Amino acid sequence: MTVFILRRLLQSAGVLLATSVIVFLGVYAIGNPADILIAADATQLERQSAIVALGLDRPLIEQYWIFLSNALRGDFGRSFVFNQPAISLILARLPATLELALVALIIALVVGIPLGLVSGLKPNTLVDETIMTGSILGFSLPNFWQGMMLIMIFSVWLGWLPAGGRGDTAQVLGITTSLLSWDGLTHLILPATNLALFNLALVIRLTRTGVREIMPLDFIKFARAKGLTERRIVLVHVLKNIMIPVVTVVGMEFGSIIAFAVVTETIFSWPGIGKLLIDSIMLLDRPVVVSYLLVVVFMFVIINLLVDIAYSLLDPRIRLRDTQ
Amino acid sequence: MSTIVIDNLQTHFETPAGVIRAVDGVSFSVERGEILGLVGESGSGKSITGFSIIGLVDPPGRVAGGRILFQGEDLVGRSESEMRALRGKKIAMIFQDPMMTLNPVLSIETQMVEAVRAHDNVPKLEARRRAVEALGLVGIPSPDERLSAYPHQFSGGMRQRVAIAIALLHRPDLIIADEPTTALDVTIQSQILFEIQKVSRDFGMSLIWISHDLGVVAGLAHNIAVMYAGRIVEAGPVDTVLDHPVHPYTVGLLRSIPANLRRGEALEAIPGMAPSPLRRPSGCPFRLRCFAATATCETEPVDARIGEHSWRCFHPQNEARP
Ligand SMILES: Nc1ncnc2c1ncn2[C@@H]1O[C@H](COP(=O)(O)OP(=O)(O)OP(=O)(O)O)[C@@H](O)[C@H]1O
Ligand SMILES: [Mg+2]
Repeated sequence: MTVFILRRLLQSAGVLLATSVIVFLGVYAIGNPADILIAADATQLERQSAIVALGLDRPLIEQYWIFLSNALRGDFGRSFVFNQPAISLILARLPATLELALVALIIALVVGIPLGLVSGLKPNTLVDETIMTGSILGFSLPNFWQGMMLIMIFSVWLGWLPAGGRGDTAQVLGITTSLLSWDGLTHLILPATNLALFNLALVIRLTRTGVREIMPLDFIKFARAKGLTERRIVLVHVLKNIMIPVVTVVGMEFGSIIAFAVVTETIFSWPGIGKLLIDSIMLLDRPVVVSYLLVVVFMFVIINLLVDIAYSLLDPRIRLRDTQ
Repeated sequence: MSTIVIDNLQTHFETPAGVIRAVDGVSFSVERGEILGLVGESGSGKSITGFSIIGLVDPPGRVAGGRILFQGEDLVGRSESEMRALRGKKIAMIFQDPMMTLNPVLSIETQMVEAVRAHDNVPKLEARRRAVEALGLVGIPSPDERLSAYPHQFSGGMRQRVAIAIALLHRPDLIIADEPTTALDVTIQSQILFEIQKVSRDFGMSLIWISHDLGVVAGLAHNIAVMYAGRIVEAGPVDTVLDHPVHPYTVGLLRSIPANLRRGEALEAIPGMAPSPLRRPSGCPFRLRCFAATATCETEPVDARIGEHSWRCFHPQNEARP
């Protein structure tokens, strides 16, 4: 197990390195930051000194090498735009995004699993068909449109929830959170729901399929023959089997939730890293873009590792092997 | 009093294509401590008979008629919660495929402790103690350690022993065993048969042993009932029925067992296939495959009997004996 984790972490270092090269080249290909950052009416001299200050006069290889050796010391460069360390810009906004993504994930599981169970246990009934139709909408309607509809209905028409922003926040252990105040929570509900909808639909389908697959199996009939209650059969025998695919798929999806947060954060003006990323791409703020992607890739790697561990805990037939 | 008396049981599946009479007028009884072998080819309704008794026929199936008297009380029409109180406690069931009867993601301990506590409100520790005892009873070595294992850590034979141990937890009065040794190899099979016979004798349990292996039934059961197309076509004490089969179907079954032949003699298979449950011929359902069939067979045969030996045929073979 320990060897397994160490090996995975080593592999992820390789992934991070490769990502940094690709992103560095990618941003270089999009355009020259100097054209955007330096005022059009600047003199030739001002322009030249700005380029030197940003290090843009050196060959690309050398720029990358400087970036890499600094990065290894924990310095990911300074934002061209804000003139602050890129990594601290990102870390300052990361909690807002993580909070949003986490709440979205919880909504998807807490609402999706019961709906999927009901659907799977009463297939082809009115309840099932209603839930399944809802989940198709969750899959197929574009996320931004769903977000705007949520704002339309709950903010504009009903006036129940605020349309954007983060509301009151509180500091816990140095992390800013919206979860602790009523105002913060009301601001969180709509964007989190918006972000959750796709995964909610996914969880419903996974759970329903799982129920339909597990219920006819012999071990369920044997559990009945033991005289267990239907409640225990569903909540222990069926659910424990279903949790395996659900945790795997949803765990993998957590990365995409963070990535998709870009859209939701833009619609609901949620001050997370997604919004920072869009702004930075517009301004070709390379250090921020590169650092952002490295942070996201790093999170993907960690999440996948956690999913693998959770998977092996849920399914006794899988044990993480140290070899191979 | 008999442990169980089945009287003219009808279990039907209402499908869009028509009504399937999976069990079509079955009657038999099993006394305390007695083993009944229920044999017949695939699709003859053996499993559905068992599921009808324990109240676990899957929809669209349902018991459409007849009586199931368990210790004198009719189980037909009992509520789900009444049936649940009986299941595992008074009537237990074991299935054919030991690879599939245990939940792969729950430990043996969880699956045994929950079975104890489904009926007896005892502390976990006491439930665990009973589980260990039951595992010991079916010959699982060092049961205390094995309890925390998961099904995939056991071989097929060991898993079937675990399933039997679960069935034995509450010392039920009746165990329905649906081909529990079919998936196992011969040595394991005979060990398990030995254990089963022993516990049934020791605890005075009645056993309905479903099988299509006449050899197993011959060695294990006291009585035998031969099923064909949802009915019992011949029944009686094992020795009588196997030594002097009367129904042409039973005769055919016995002739198709390799062990009954001398070297070089050809195996005789029963010609044709079991009739589709939707399109059974009128009269005797076996007549289209029967070597002895005549025009009389187009009418429904009735039960005939000499002593404990009964059959449902117009043309009894051999010389019927009590
Ligand atoms: N879910 C179902 N829907 C419709 N018909 C069914 C269903 N289950 C069983 N049947 C019918 O009941 C008949 C008897 O099935 P059963 O499982 O009792 O046979 P069996 O004697 O146990 O055979 P085997 O030796 O293969 O286990 C089958 O021929 C089938 O037509
Ligand atoms: Mg069967």
